[in-house]
Amino acid sequence: MTAIKTVGVAGSGTMGAGIAIVAARAGFRTIAYDSRQEALDHARRQTEGFFAKSIERKKLSREQVDRIMSGLSGTTCIADMEPCDIVIEAVFEELKVKHELFTQLNRVCPGHTIFASNTSTLSITEIAAGSGRAERFVGMHFCLPAQLMKLVEMSPGIGTDAGCFEEAWNFCVAMGQQPVRTKDNPGFILNYFLVPFNNDAIRLVETGVAGPAEIDRAVKAGLGYPMGPLELLDLVGLDTHLRVAEALYASTHDPRAAAPALVRRMIAAGHLGRKTGRGFYEYQGSAMFGG
Amino acid sequence: MDYRIIRAGESRSFPKDHPFFANAAETGEAVVIVGADAGAKFRELSERERYTAVLSELDMECLGVHTGESHGTEGSSVLGFARFRLGDGEPSNLVELVRQPRTLDTAIGAARKIFDGAGLQVALCGDFVGRMVDRLVRPYYNAVLRRLDEGLATADDMDTTLRLGLGYPEGPVALLERTGLHHHFDVTQSLFEALGEAAYAPARRARVAKERQRRKTSPPGS
Repeated sequence: MTAIKTVGVAGSGTMGAGIAIVAARAGFRTIAYDSRQEALDHARRQTEGFFAKSIERKKLSREQVDRIMSGLSGTTCIADMEPCDIVIEAVFEELKVKHELFTQLNRVCPGHTIFASNTSTLSITEIAAGSGRAERFVGMHFCLPAQLMKLVEMSPGIGTDAGCFEEAWNFCVAMGQQPVRTKDNPGFILNYFLVPFNNDAIRLVETGVAGPAEIDRAVKAGLGYPMGPLELLDLVGLDTHLRVAEALYASTHDPRAAAPALVRRMIAAGHLGRKTGRGFYEYQGSAMFGG
Repeated sequence: MDYRIIRAGESRSFPKDHPFFANAAETGEAVVIVGADAGAKFRELSERERYTAVLSELDMECLGVHTGESHGTEGSSVLGFARFRLGDGEPSNLVELVRQPRTLDTAIGAARKIFDGAGLQVALCGDFVGRMVDRLVRPYYNAVLRRLDEGLATADDMDTTLRLGLGYPEGPVALLERTGLHHHFDVTQSLFEALGEAAYAPARRARVAKERQRRKTSPPGS
């Protein structure tokens, strides 16, 4: 059971849009906030495309989708987040950016509102410290693509109130997700292991051990993984990967966490992955994953 | 593609019967040397140049150990191969096919046909220690074992997170314990010696497993 009725999602990139789908689909009134109208418009189009596929695949009816979409709104005005019982942040992986956002939200939202961060690499305690309400702050790290993946890594900060963490946990379950409790460590569990693994795969390409398709095939056939590391990087986006790797390296100083030089060269060339039509592979179209 | 098989002792790639053997002929355009002593048999093989492809099973070593290397211009119709296999686990469907800088495309094409025909999946790589999969998974496994020691989460929680979050068929801790942590020690120690990178240094739990295995298999008093 959860007392949460209205969910805010701050940031309408790939992760934010996916989280908004999860919340809206579970029946919560959901308000997506982004300072850029074009980001909201893009997310809306992708969300409509995603639900169109859900109808096509008979996972949802047209009536259900209409109801979900009527409960999902977007805004560029942060004051519109006032009714939210929880706000999940999914903006750039920069502490300053997150602090600025939560400082504004803290002015707008009532005292009971829980603040949650979808950070994948930064410390929950550090983000919470700049939020104005460290005791009502939790880590909620969704997996990509959020609209399809059940797992959420949930982490309390040092100052998080145990009751607040439980409320957030129950809300997560009510959304149909599967929370896993982790310590407030850089990268939590998933990214702590995944980012260096993916960097190692890029280094194999960089040093001429094998091409992307061969590496991906080897990992899938040899280990039974559903996606190869380079396919996954193209899905995530190399610019996003670079930011995550830089943040993880800054907190761990693990040489494997440092992004290989090839990542920067590919970004400079505009080869960011699926979203630009070219990364380690070439693509046509940029439809949202799944349905 | 007709190929004949030369057996050279027990094979890690093909420990038991497989369509790969049934598809072989008495003679053929290609020859496949299978077994732990494949390298020695390869060196004994005469008139190698008359074959479209000569495929020799590898363990941890580079193909160049058997063919020789010079100036980075080595390469012929000879390829190395190994089916990826974790410790005592069953061999996977993956064949890592090892080429040299100037390996002939006709030989690569023939090797792909032979393994594809046996229902295996081929991934081609250069002649580097650890090839592809071991190079990628051993540092990851070491990191998991270290973080388990450091209390990041329980073994079950780490396994659950990696299974659900990334769709892995089995969590790394369960996988390593099922297939033999001491085998992980052997492979990662070998890579650590070859590459000199700390990430390959065996994690404490792998060392413990190796020591226990050594005691179990050593004669009393040794």
